[in-house]
Amino acid sequence: MALVLNEEEVMLRDAAKGFLSEKAPVSALRKLRDNNDPLGWSRELWAQMAEMGWAGILVPEEYGGIDYGMVGAGLIAEEMGRNLTASPFISTALMAVTALREGTDEQKEKWLPGIAEGKTIIAMAVDEGVKHDPAKTALSAVAHGNGYRLNGEKSYIIDGFDADALIVAARTSGEVGDEAGISLFIVEKDAAGLSSSRTKLLDSRNYAHSEFKDVDVAGDALIGTLDDGFALLERVLNVGRAGLAAEMLGASEQSFEITMDYIKERKQFDTHVGAFQGLQHRSAHLYSEIELVKSAVLKALQMFNEAPEMAGAGAALAKAKAGEVAILAANEAVQMHGGIGMTDEYDIGFYMKRVRAAQELLGDYAFQANRLAILRGF
Amino acid sequence: MSDLETFRKETRAWLEENCPPEMRKPMRSEEDACWGGRNAKFSCEAQKVWMERMGAKGWTAPEWPKEYGGGGLSREQAKILKEEMAAIKARNPLMSFGIWMLGPALLKYGSEEQKKHYLPQITRGEIRWCQGYSEPGAGSDLASLQTRCEDKGNYFEVTGQKVWTSYADKADWIFCLVRTDRKAPKHLGISFILFDMQSKGVSTKPITLISGRSPFCETFFDQVKVPKENLVGTLNKGWDIAKYLLTHERAMIGDAGDGGIGGRSIGQIAVDSLGTDAQGRLADQALRADLARAEIDGWSFMLTMERMKDEAKAGQGIGARSSMLKYYGTELNKRRYELLMASKGHAALEWEGEASRDGELPRAWLRTKANSIEGGTSEVQLNIISKRILGLPAS
Repeated sequence: MALVLNEEEVMLRDAAKGFLSEKAPVSALRKLRDNNDPLGWSRELWAQMAEMGWAGILVPEEYGGIDYGMVGAGLIAEEMGRNLTASPFISTALMAVTALREGTDEQKEKWLPGIAEGKTIIAMAVDEGVKHDPAKTALSAVAHGNGYRLNGEKSYIIDGFDADALIVAARTSGEVGDEAGISLFIVEKDAAGLSSSRTKLLDSRNYAHSEFKDVDVAGDALIGTLDDGFALLERVLNVGRAGLAAEMLGASEQSFEITMDYIKERKQFDTHVGAFQGLQHRSAHLYSEIELVKSAVLKALQMFNEAPEMAGAGAALAKAKAGEVAILAANEAVQMHGGIGMTDEYDIGFYMKRVRAAQELLGDYAFQANRLAILRGF
Repeated sequence: MSDLETFRKETRAWLEENCPPEMRKPMRSEEDACWGGRNAKFSCEAQKVWMERMGAKGWTAPEWPKEYGGGGLSREQAKILKEEMAAIKARNPLMSFGIWMLGPALLKYGSEEQKKHYLPQITRGEIRWCQGYSEPGAGSDLASLQTRCEDKGNYFEVTGQKVWTSYADKADWIFCLVRTDRKAPKHLGISFILFDMQSKGVSTKPITLISGRSPFCETFFDQVKVPKENLVGTLNKGWDIAKYLLTHERAMIGDAGDGGIGGRSIGQIAVDSLGTDAQGRLADQALRADLARAEIDGWSFMLTMERMKDEAKAGQGIGARSSMLKYYGTELNKRRYELLMASKGHAALEWEGEASRDGELPRAWLRTKANSIEGGTSEVQLNIISKRILGLPAS
């Protein structure tokens, strides 16, 4: 498949660009932060996005979605990255839907239409430690009555606070560190023994810390196969990784454009600072790096349809490269702005904070590089 | 069966029948590269046969029009040919500055007579070309070149000196930038001419490089007579052709780097050399991280080349973005060779001896240092990106 967008995709991107820059620009995120918004994103705005089909972008049509696929999803995520739009798009519309698509008909019927309508929020509860490492799942689920009993803790659950349900990676056999023995369960918000609190991180988004104390779920809460959930979990995480990569691409592009505009205007020593070769060469280098990210991200998105068996590698490549370059773009943006880049009043700092979080989530550069090295046999 | 599938089938069958077995083995040294030319030296009969068969079919320049000796293939067909050649590990039948550089310039700027005369000789490998661009005083600032070309009525007379002329001592003809108007602003007094290297007054002197090899020459012109019909394009408009060709050259140099490893992962090469730990991972964690980083950038760059080609096909020209490809590709290639050297350790230092095939790797490593100088330095590329793509102000 050619590494270019088709007409329909260009239209989708332009629609997303128009909508988000009007309805959810950086000032909207600033407002959510300043108002100490309990959720960290706007339900009203999410409902509007759902009306455009975004919440159901991966949901099959029979469940009320548009089943558009990952290339379109990535284009929306990229525009969200440009505007730093806070929404449960990646957590719910991409990751949870990917998990549920492999669930039973009953599970799909129960959850997918609500997601597509923008009413139901479901988050993936995976991480337990300070670094993303799904094989280190320790939270236990043991057979109990007709179902399972869950005990343990989950941290940094993306959009997990006040979510209607969590899809929890739990250990049903094996040792911590094993890929085998992990299973996925869907746990509803009001389950007895589940308590969640919001964790405030630097990017002002919604993250939850959840404790599971003898949380009982029925047998039909299991998604996929018992003990054998790691492959499904990886597919879910890969979708999230590609989504975050697209978001970081958008953030890199936007912060770079803002910076180029700035150095063309700003004068020191009676000249535009953008005329100095010291800044020009760094700008040109960053431009080149962003071009590489565009290619890696587009290829990763295409692979979900084209070569699903390679989607993990594609997502790892995109997440690694996009994260690396997003950090560079943010650092250069602040440095080239000078003092004003350090002020809260100016938007650039929001980009720096968001990409710092996004590159850490679902595996940072070293995590992805390690996966790729193993895939390549070294 | 679609037309393309039929083409693939026929191509596969033709290659199977016509590509000699000796030409399906990886090139082991520079002598294995076939450059053709009037005084061609073939390392074996198979090399000659392979060049001639491919040349006769026009497949040395697959996408050039048939009437000029090319293959007349569409881009899709050319891609299939490339894939089918790769599948049987067929060598490039003909290395040629004529195909890579002069040809594209002639196709765009040459007269009908020039195209009919020169292009078929190029695709058949009959004439070996060299490029006369840089001069001692005109490197990055190429447009300041001083080689003089005077109108003598019936002919031009060329006097001056070129440097870094690749294989000038082995080439039959040269395509050359010369100054035809000394009073005009420097970009507006340059012309693009062709002449025979056997002309009276032409002499060459190889330059020995840090690799110990001499792929480049100094080239001297002393009152060389050049027929007037050898001017390409319009008099004093040669800079346009030069820029067009440099764009080609940049994309090519950027594309060339595969780490000299024929598609193998540098990580795997390091594993072969250094071994692994119990988990099958390269034991040297710091080197492993550097290798992974180079691979991530390598894949991303390869995908970017692919994307640019697809965009060009979709009607969005590469333009100044070729500078980005040149900059990134060459810097990446240098990084890869540093990692190859590290992966081979002390063995990579051997300069003479059989084990290293007389220092093949260290000499290639040294060669890569020129990648970011030739065809416009990395710094020049960054300047071009800054001004033409980012629109940053001139200082």
